[in-house]
Amino acid sequence: MKDSRPGEAVVIVPTGALGSGVRAGDLRRGIARGAHAIALDAGSTDSGPSYLARGVSKYTREAVKRDLTVLMEAQAKAQIPLLVGSCGTSGCDVAVDWTVEIALEVAAELGIAPRIAVLYSEQSRSVVKKKNAAGRVRALEPSAPLTDAAIDACEHIVALMGPEPYVHALREGADIVLGGRTTDTAVLAAVPLMRGAGAGPAWHAGKVAECGGQCTADPTDGGVLVRTGADYFEIEPLSASNRCTPHSVSAHMLYENADPFRLVEPGGILDVTGARYEPVDERVVRVTGSSFEAAPYTMKLEGAANGPFQTIMLVGIADPEVLAALDLFVERLSAALHDRVRATFGDEADPYDISLRAYGWNAVSGRRVPGGTPPPREAGMLFVATAATQELATAIAKACNAHFFHFPLNRSDELPSYAFPFSPAEIERGRVYEFVLNHVVEVDQPLELVRFAWPAVPAKAFARGA
Amino acid sequence: MPKLRDVCSQVRSKNAGPFWITVDLFFADEAVYRRYRDDRAIGAGAFASLYGVDPASIRRFTVDRLSVVKVSYPRPSPQGGVVERDMHSGQQFADLLEVELSGDRTGAADVVVT
Repeated sequence: MKDSRPGEAVVIVPTGALGSGVRAGDLRRGIARGAHAIALDAGSTDSGPSYLARGVSKYTREAVKRDLTVLMEAQAKAQIPLLVGSCGTSGCDVAVDWTVEIALEVAAELGIAPRIAVLYSEQSRSVVKKKNAAGRVRALEPSAPLTDAAIDACEHIVALMGPEPYVHALREGADIVLGGRTTDTAVLAAVPLMRGAGAGPAWHAGKVAECGGQCTADPTDGGVLVRTGADYFEIEPLSASNRCTPHSVSAHMLYENADPFRLVEPGGILDVTGARYEPVDERVVRVTGSSFEAAPYTMKLEGAANGPFQTIMLVGIADPEVLAALDLFVERLSAALHDRVRATFGDEADPYDISLRAYGWNAVSGRRVPGGTPPPREAGMLFVATAATQELATAIAKACNAHFFHFPLNRSDELPSYAFPFSPAEIERGRVYEFVLNHVVEVDQPLELVRFAWPAVPAKAFARGA
Repeated sequence: MPKLRDVCSQVRSKNAGPFWITVDLFFADEAVYRRYRDDRAIGAGAFASLYGVDPASIRRFTVDRLSVVKVSYPRPSPQGGVVERDMHSGQQFADLLEVELSGDRTGAADVVVT
């Protein structure tokens, strides 16, 4: 057991996502090891565009409240700061406010009154247009230069913050910082950077620990503790039964990362090309040789738009003759369904799309199945109609219902009935949402596009039971 | 020639942000990694034709320390749109398991780190 050493910053990363389950025992062990802060992330684009377009959290209120209760209780007891990045999944303003409201409720229930700083990084369309017009927005591969039309399409636009707004809030006396959209690494690197740790190790440690226990031998067994010094960091699991190995730690640079050596962050580029990973003991890994090259400050932009609507139907197919000729069947069925839409709606349904996906065959890849592949025992055929309104998507599905249900492989066959599992057969799935922005914006200084708020926390006297 | 499933301990795919997919080929040991890391069957061209993307857009890395070949390619359409089949791209690796190595070492890498 080592306590913190001079010049070293110790950070608890209890989980990869707020709401996925923080363990009180993990926090206790980390605090006992001399932790200076608890930091974690609450968001990502990982689960798709709907969370940003709607400003709705992926995790339930109950799960987020439960995690915040455990975290805020530990924060109050240990008197070390708690930093949460990308609140409410997307980190847009309404998602941040949703998280703040839960935190205030938790404070009241615990009878505590922490000083809470809130960081907003959602951007108005007019600000982004102005930056774009000034030539300060740049497209990332594989996207095209930004247009006003693309900006107007977005329901929400967020700029990914670096560590500076967190450091600013802590210097202003925050006990808890609830941040809007932030790079996963920045929220974990903030306290080490503030305490003077080396930039290379601080950013690298942030990247490795961003998913909590994902960089350990058993990712289901709790979070991690990171110690960052001037030219190294050490990482260990919070659970006594788990281990970090040079392989588990170094392999994390591959995870969800297009480039395993270089990572672009708001104020520069983390380069781990020369990193060395050595075991300290059976469960702790020491990393040296990572560097951070300063670069002009940019913030990545994320934006999501409302798309068209979908209605779906599903049938099960077990008929061996159909299964033996599934590609031909899908081709003929697809043509028949488009004929049916045309006959029913003329061009009134345009633009529409019908997608047939044969689960058990090639629905996941969408690619041709190699010749000679044995037919499946059963297949699930998913029908997806996409149209401008929900009513139209459903009307298309209803118009196609009988064909989809009874379509024979060969015209001369008796009409089959495939296996509908539901009545009614059609299911209104709602909107499609679309990621629109893949760009960075240049800023004059790290706080330029960030807004701060210090919500009033009810005094302890008002706490329940007080 | 062996298939990737014979020489890799793990093959995986995952979204890397909304606009990219990344594939990691973990070779079973350093010897097979050295033998096959530059194989044409896992070069940029082979990935381009398997996933239907422009070969010039593919980024390929060899990570010697982990005996890993990593290939990243842009999504044909951004994550979660009308035609999405695999939101997290976590199942796109499956066809790679059957890829047969060629023995031809012309699948040059973008970046080599030793």
